[in-house]
Amino acid sequence: MFKKKECVAMLLAGGQGSRLYALTRKTAKPAVPFGGKYRIIDFTLSNCVNSGIDTVGVLTQYQPLVLNEYIGNGQPWDLDRVYGGVKILPPYQGQKSADWYKGTANAIYQNLGFLDRYDTDYVLILSGDHIYKMDYSKMLEYHKSKGADCTIAVIEVPLKEASRFGIMSTYDDGSIYKFTEKPKEPDSTKASMGIYIFSRQKLHEYLEADEADKSSSNDFGKNVIPAMLAAGEKMYAYPFEGYWKDVGTISSLWEANMDLLGSDPVLDLNDDEWRIYSRHTAEGPQFVGPNAKIENSYITEGCEINGEVKNCIIGAGVKVMEGACVSDSVLMGDSVIEKGATVRRAIIDTGVTVGMGATVGAVRKDSSKITVIGEDVAINNGSVVEDGAMVSDN
Amino acid sequence: MNAVGLIFTNIHDNNIPDLTRYRTIASVPYGGRYRLIDFILSSMVNSDITKIGIITHNNYQSLLDHLGTGKDWDLARREGGIKILPPYITSFENAASAKYYASRLEALMGAVNFISRCNEDYIIMSDCDLICNIDLQKVLEYHIEKGADITFVTNTQDRASIAEKEKYTVIETDDDGRVLDFTEQRTPDNKARIYTNIMVMKRTYLLNIIENSIAHGYNSFLHDIIMKTVKEADYRVYNYDGWYARIGSMEDYFMCSMKLLDNETRKELFEQKNHPILTKVRNSVPTRYCDGSFVTNSVVADGCVIEGRVENSIIFRGVHIGKGTVVKNSILFQDTYVCGDVSLNCVITDKNVVIKDGRALSGHENMPFYIGKNITV
Repeated sequence: MFKKKECVAMLLAGGQGSRLYALTRKTAKPAVPFGGKYRIIDFTLSNCVNSGIDTVGVLTQYQPLVLNEYIGNGQPWDLDRVYGGVKILPPYQGQKSADWYKGTANAIYQNLGFLDRYDTDYVLILSGDHIYKMDYSKMLEYHKSKGADCTIAVIEVPLKEASRFGIMSTYDDGSIYKFTEKPKEPDSTKASMGIYIFSRQKLHEYLEADEADKSSSNDFGKNVIPAMLAAGEKMYAYPFEGYWKDVGTISSLWEANMDLLGSDPVLDLNDDEWRIYSRHTAEGPQFVGPNAKIENSYITEGCEINGEVKNCIIGAGVKVMEGACVSDSVLMGDSVIEKGATVRRAIIDTGVTVGMGATVGAVRKDSSKITVIGEDVAINNGSVVEDGAMVSDN
Repeated sequence: MNAVGLIFTNIHDNNIPDLTRYRTIASVPYGGRYRLIDFILSSMVNSDITKIGIITHNNYQSLLDHLGTGKDWDLARREGGIKILPPYITSFENAASAKYYASRLEALMGAVNFISRCNEDYIIMSDCDLICNIDLQKVLEYHIEKGADITFVTNTQDRASIAEKEKYTVIETDDDGRVLDFTEQRTPDNKARIYTNIMVMKRTYLLNIIENSIAHGYNSFLHDIIMKTVKEADYRVYNYDGWYARIGSMEDYFMCSMKLLDNETRKELFEQKNHPILTKVRNSVPTRYCDGSFVTNSVVADGCVIEGRVENSIIFRGVHIGKGTVVKNSILFQDTYVCGDVSLNCVITDKNVVIKDGRALSGHENMPFYIGKNITV
């Protein structure tokens, strides 16, 4: 017999991420590359490991192939454990029924058995589409010290943006008295980060009830949290300070990548205290050619830079040929930017070729739109891709 | 593959005493993110050899740290994988007078248990003073096809740019590739077949050699066994014509490193399909090129922060290059920290070296200035 687990994390990774368009056509959102050598899910997985949580269930549903292979046995995150570790949890067929995950709450409901196996006291619910570094063990301490049934991590947001989030209103001791999903007139600036800690028994109780309610949309934010509040359960808001970004849209994904740049980056990953782990591919070191010009950029192994690169995040194995010019862009990896091509304010997925003399997203100098080129797309020599275009097919 | 690998990690330590002061030659850093052992180890793995004995002698902490369980080479296996074979003493009575092995033969005697317990028919042995990305499957096929007793892998290549004071083992053969003689030469001509320190034979053949040499008290594998039997035995040469370099001295090391600035060399080493060079994963972040940095013609590993100028250099993982600093023709090992307004030319810094503000250091191509591990200048 192994020691029981105090806290097990459940990572919701099944969302389609339709607002990322071409980037999530073949890939679940959590598996979208980020910051040169990471994928979005690396942040939550690394946070778990760094917080001492060694059992993580990853709930997958939409396009799971890339994600499944990426997570594998969990070895890059030190989550290949004899008891626990990372487990992929797809929807499955039971004796009575077989269902897709109908909502976030239903996904956990279907896997209550997984939590019981580890006899866990607490359950940490996470989403796989946020970029942040957070010590969950501090949140767990907070949850325990408050004797809470449910603790929700919150972050201060500017009042004018508050209506985009689920907003918590709290008393001075942190207890929540009101929760409104995307309020038109917010009366608080504490936004839910989609990170919950539940005591397992309470979670069981409310998920059973939620499942029994046929009118429920089986969602934590819409159904379970309001139901617990209405019943007067002990619910607390855990204040988080630091970098946190939902990368669910093209522009927020682009911005979060850009946050890695500068002499004092807003998001610094070069942090020995809190490493972000990822699955590495075997690539040679990067090579900077004799005529290369690199300014303010983040470049990964296996790249060969012979052209001009400015304000870019470049993933593994990208080749920028002589005379090519890439600026303010995110290149996810294994792409080739041919001679004389220009790329500006773009997100280029993996395996893309931008042909000789082609122009991507730099048609109008003043445009602030972001251009997206999907996986394995080839842009013909000399062709022009308008600012803000989404190209997912050849 | 029906072969087991055996790697000698210390045999050429004396070639570069500076770099092997705290490590084996196998764990000497190379090419920004590798250790020398990565090349032969990856070659074996890519050739489907999944059981590899690693013979150590001394100073092998860094090597063990690098190899770990072998998982980065996919060699953490229930059956096979890597087996570290450290030296051992056979009885406690003469522990005080016990000596580590002093030759390849003695090392093999120490590994005899490992060798005899394998069930593969062939054994491929290699040292760690070499850099190449070789398909050993082809070597084994050749060996079997020729029905040789031992096949030695050689390399012919223009050595004009490699240090001349180096001593090479040249193998002379007849037209059929059969070995006639071994000679040690300082300046072999460009057509000479240089022995790469990789050989293949039947496992039982090796066991016979070991048994025989214990009985006769032989010392040298090459001199006492191979050279004495070159006429009666069938020794063959497999000539590998890909990129190959041998590290015989500090000057060699410097030049072989600088060869990586050549596109062809990098292609041959790192871009061969299905033959990646694998190494320990360090989880470094990508390298950050800051505003005002200028990098040209250089190999750069991940995890660096570059604020200054870098030309014609090899920069390892986690190196910091401060503002106003100019690094030329240099090799900076892992976690070297170069502050601001420093000037470096033909310098090799070992791990964790700190170069403080305003220092100016310079060596020469044939005498690079080496700064030892953990030293602050």
